[in-house]
Amino acid sequence: MPLSNSLLIILAIALIGFFITRQRAYSIALKNGGVAKLHSLPLYYGYLAGIWALVPALILLACWSAFENTLINSSVLGLAPADLVAQGEDQMALLLNQVQNIAAGSIEASPDDALQARMVARMQSLQGTSLLIKSALAIILAVVGVLWAFKSVNPNYRARIKVEGFVRIAMLLCASVAVLTTVGIVFSVLFESVRFFGKVPISEFMLGTHWSPQTSIREDQVASEGSFGAIPLFLGTLLISAIALIVAVPIGLMSAIYLTEYAKPQVRAFAKPAMEILAGIPTVVYGFFAALTVAPALRGWGESIGLSVSSESALAAGLVMGVMIIPFVSSLSDDVLNAVPQTMRDGSLGLGATKSETIRQVVIPAALPGIVGGVLLAASRAIGETMIVVMAAGLAANMTVNPLEAVTTVTVQIVTLLTGDQEFDSAKTLAAFALGLMLFITTLVLNVIALHVVRKYREQYE
Amino acid sequence: MTKTAETTSSDTQSRNSQLLAEFKETTGNVRVTEPKMRMDNVNVHYGDNQAIFDVNLDLGKNEVLAMIGPSGCGKSTFLRCMNRMNDTVDSCRVTGSLTLDGEDIYAPEQDVVLLRARVGMVFQKPNPFPKSIYDNVAYGPRIHGLASSKDELDQIVETSLKRASIWNEVKDRLDAPGTGLSGGQQQRLCIARTIAVSPEIILMDEPCSALDPIATASIEELIDELRQNYAIAIVTHSMQQAARVSQRTAYFHLGRLIELGETKKIFTNPSHELTENYITGRFG
Ligand SMILES: Nc1ncnc2c1ncn2[C@@H]1O[C@H](COP(=O)(O)OP(=O)(O)OP(=O)(O)O)[C@@H](O)[C@H]1O
Ligand SMILES: [Mg+2]
Repeated sequence: MPLSNSLLIILAIALIGFFITRQRAYSIALKNGGVAKLHSLPLYYGYLAGIWALVPALILLACWSAFENTLINSSVLGLAPADLVAQGEDQMALLLNQVQNIAAGSIEASPDDALQARMVARMQSLQGTSLLIKSALAIILAVVGVLWAFKSVNPNYRARIKVEGFVRIAMLLCASVAVLTTVGIVFSVLFESVRFFGKVPISEFMLGTHWSPQTSIREDQVASEGSFGAIPLFLGTLLISAIALIVAVPIGLMSAIYLTEYAKPQVRAFAKPAMEILAGIPTVVYGFFAALTVAPALRGWGESIGLSVSSESALAAGLVMGVMIIPFVSSLSDDVLNAVPQTMRDGSLGLGATKSETIRQVVIPAALPGIVGGVLLAASRAIGETMIVVMAAGLAANMTVNPLEAVTTVTVQIVTLLTGDQEFDSAKTLAAFALGLMLFITTLVLNVIALHVVRKYREQYE
Repeated sequence: MTKTAETTSSDTQSRNSQLLAEFKETTGNVRVTEPKMRMDNVNVHYGDNQAIFDVNLDLGKNEVLAMIGPSGCGKSTFLRCMNRMNDTVDSCRVTGSLTLDGEDIYAPEQDVVLLRARVGMVFQKPNPFPKSIYDNVAYGPRIHGLASSKDELDQIVETSLKRASIWNEVKDRLDAPGTGLSGGQQQRLCIARTIAVSPEIILMDEPCSALDPIATASIEELIDELRQNYAIAIVTHSMQQAARVSQRTAYFHLGRLIELGETKKIFTNPSHELTENYITGRFG
């Protein structure tokens, strides 16, 4: 009987427990003169039975499964003769791996190895027993849980409070998953970055103006040492993001204002979803649009007025990225502008202000925190965007603020550092973590600023 | 509820609907000799719903006109016609003639912005802007260019706040946000904001519903004082207040102007039975 079957059985027990306990709560309620006489609605007694059936059984299964492998493995390895043990950890691990695979049926056993056969047999028997015991225990636990809940139904039993407490704990666990994941990622990036800074001094990374991360892959290879000055990357990121924001903020904001304040409902009903489609276009599509359409067009224009524009330019990438993030600005601004209460507009109009005075002096200030939030969200999208830049702005780490030249960004370099065959602990790969860390810090700072701005200008209406 | 009470209330209810069905035109004289504003045959629809039926009404110079009536009878709607605030409601349609000093305020060439500067409004719910107290009051004077210097603006702000009897409470924190005030303070701030523009007419929609008795008394004093220079239309649910501040009172019922007359007469000796039922609390 595989584990999934016992899980199904436990689920069924929980369901049955739910129904019978709810039913019992009903009949007890009726005997006592109505549902209102119970502390909680019958439903809650049912939930409680379900919880008691599921939670302890699942916890048991989880814990058991976490520990069983270690025990089984050590028992199986106990069969190995001393001379084999003496060959060291690696050999044992290899053997164990083989045995595990054979036991699971994923590879063939070698027919003339008696030791292996014995180990496989022991492993299979232990695994079988373990599965049987843990299934039986879990099912018994589920039944006991249901019985317990069933027995404790009485008018004074505070089932609702118990259920709510459980729900709160469950939500807390979900929240901690998100937080712990973040913390985990941050720490792994941090540790790898520290390793990188062990190889390349932090001052060179932060202040160096030359980026060419080519290092020797093999010991015997002759290669330049590679230099890791990240300034050109930051400058490129900044340049492209700035261009994108210069495009997106005015257009997004204006269109949001038009949609909320001036457009007829029919126009709005059509235009808003249409704008949001922009956000659904894959960035690769934007990327080749930038590379194949915008960049050549820009070069053509540049030449016609006597400017030299390189075929991959920050301007092309920035413009297209700006179009891509318009929906972030417009959609969020639109929501916050809509949330400004009509009474506020009435107050201004009632004083004889024109529509545009009302919008400029009352509606936008009231919506400013939300608008700033939208812009910062768009900014972090722009900073994190990779595809468009790879395709339209190039890989050359030029130290320039001229939007007509090719530049590269932090994210693009991370991609190029980690693609292809790499030795994991070379300075080249570790540099990706350092760049990631910088990116993370930048977005964090951006968010903190956003929060600060929002709090400073926070305005409660009403 | 006792049996008798139930019977009386449902009796009044059917009597009221009967009276409403029989209603033809407003009891009492709706006209004054020197009207500031004159409304003729005003009908208001929200989509297919008619909210105001054929109302004729004059607002005299230097008078306070009280509008009373049960909730939902159209008092706010009518008030909002008088400075075209209903233009902001898409579904709202106003017909009839409304004139201010003889000019049609719904005429196509009429500039609503100028109209609203002349006919100011205090709303039912306080709606201060999310700006500082000072900027709230200075908002109107600034957009209309009423002050030529900072000193002059300071002066306007101070007098307006004083007249709305909130100066003492806010004079030390003019930079604090207006939205941080209590409900009653916000309402007085909105009144100050309105009078800072020096309109010719002030429309007040239940200006005191969020105020304590002391603030109410000072607002009533203000209304009395404003009457020297302005015409005021005030909607109120408090009959005592209507009796205290107004010269004439209009009684609205389900979108009709039932009766109009001297305030004293309306409250002591109403002519129409519907008015009487409302005044005496037998409204159903
Ligand atoms: N924006 C609107 N859209 C549709 N119908 C409305 C709107 N505003 C008011 N109405 C309707 O018009 C009628 C009159 O409303 P109004 O707000 O003028 O009543 P009121 O006398 O001011 O009531 P109250 O004393 O409760 O403020 C009501 O039936 C209401 O449902
Ligand atoms: Mg009203």
